[in-house]
Amino acid sequence: MTGYGTVEEMLVGEDGEAVMGPLPRLRARLSAAAAGEGLLDVAYCTIDTPIGSLLLAATPDGLVRIALPNEDQERVLAELAVRISPRILNAPSRFDQAAREIGEYLSRSRRSFDLAIDLRLASGFRRSVLRQLLEIEYGATASYAQVAAASGNPRAVRAVGSACATNPLPLVVPCHRVLRSDGTLGGYAGGLQLKRRLLELEGQSEAGQ
Amino acid sequence: MSLPPFDDVVAEHGRTVLRVCWAVVGPVDAEDAWSETFLSALAAYPRLVAGSNVRAWLVTIAYRKAMDKLRSNQRAPIPIGMTLDRPFSDRELPDAELWAAVSALAPKQRGAVVAHYVGGLRYAEVAELLGTSETAARRSAADGIAALRKVISGEDSM
Repeated sequence: MTGYGTVEEMLVGEDGEAVMGPLPRLRARLSAAAAGEGLLDVAYCTIDTPIGSLLLAATPDGLVRIALPNEDQERVLAELAVRISPRILNAPSRFDQAAREIGEYLSRSRRSFDLAIDLRLASGFRRSVLRQLLEIEYGATASYAQVAAASGNPRAVRAVGSACATNPLPLVVPCHRVLRSDGTLGGYAGGLQLKRRLLELEGQSEAGQ
Repeated sequence: MSLPPFDDVVAEHGRTVLRVCWAVVGPVDAEDAWSETFLSALAAYPRLVAGSNVRAWLVTIAYRKAMDKLRSNQRAPIPIGMTLDRPFSDRELPDAELWAAVSALAPKQRGAVVAHYVGGLRYAEVAELLGTSETAARRSAADGIAALRKVISGEDSM
């Protein structure tokens, strides 16, 4: 037999052992079976894009969370476990369309997303702000004050700012298209550099100047 | 304290559960037992008390699932040695001889060895799983290890 140690040690096995050939396959099979039995409350995957690694998470209702490259992915998953359900599994095959559309968007070959979304992580006024953001078209921008007015509460400019800052679905819900009334960038959870880059990508080359 | 994503649980304990399944039911049915273990654990997971001993919980489920498979298995047992030739995924089952020797142990010894050494359960947990006393579980494990040592030392120059 392989010459490592005592019978007891052989039974315990070694952490790095090659065994683990079957595990990736078994885990993929588990995700598929869990989804089939309605036990997969949150599926997730990570994708590599020109702006960095994104984490995508979805409930059976649709895409529920996109974490931008500056976010701690483990922390995001831990939050999803608390806020939605701990029944979370890696299931890349469920994100083929989302990954493709995001890739196309970031390479300028897509101007709008055709994905089911689940806004359960935003409630009340914040959710209505996110719905308003979906109305801002590719290449266009709006001010925080305009979004506040469109959301039915013209004085809630700061609340619009915090709805944008806590947008669970950046890129797809285009909070990067919201600027200050004077045309300066305002904020962005993914970092101002990324906000500027997205606006430039969409043709707003003077953004934030 | 809250429950971590189930994916972390699979990543941390998937290997141990697979070894327990191998040890009880052999390479052929181990994958089904592994899947059934994690599917049933996933169903119950949100009700698990945060801070529980997750490994002991999983090993207990895995042992029972694998034993169910073993009992309901109508096929003839695979003779020792044949497991070496069986394709296991794209590679041989690691430690096939060890698992063959484990499967040849008396049932009580096998249960205690698998639960304690492969699954990492404490003897009190082993006793509960096997429906026996802690002392008996300890003795079965010791007898099982002695028997394994006898089988394996013949070929193993340590």
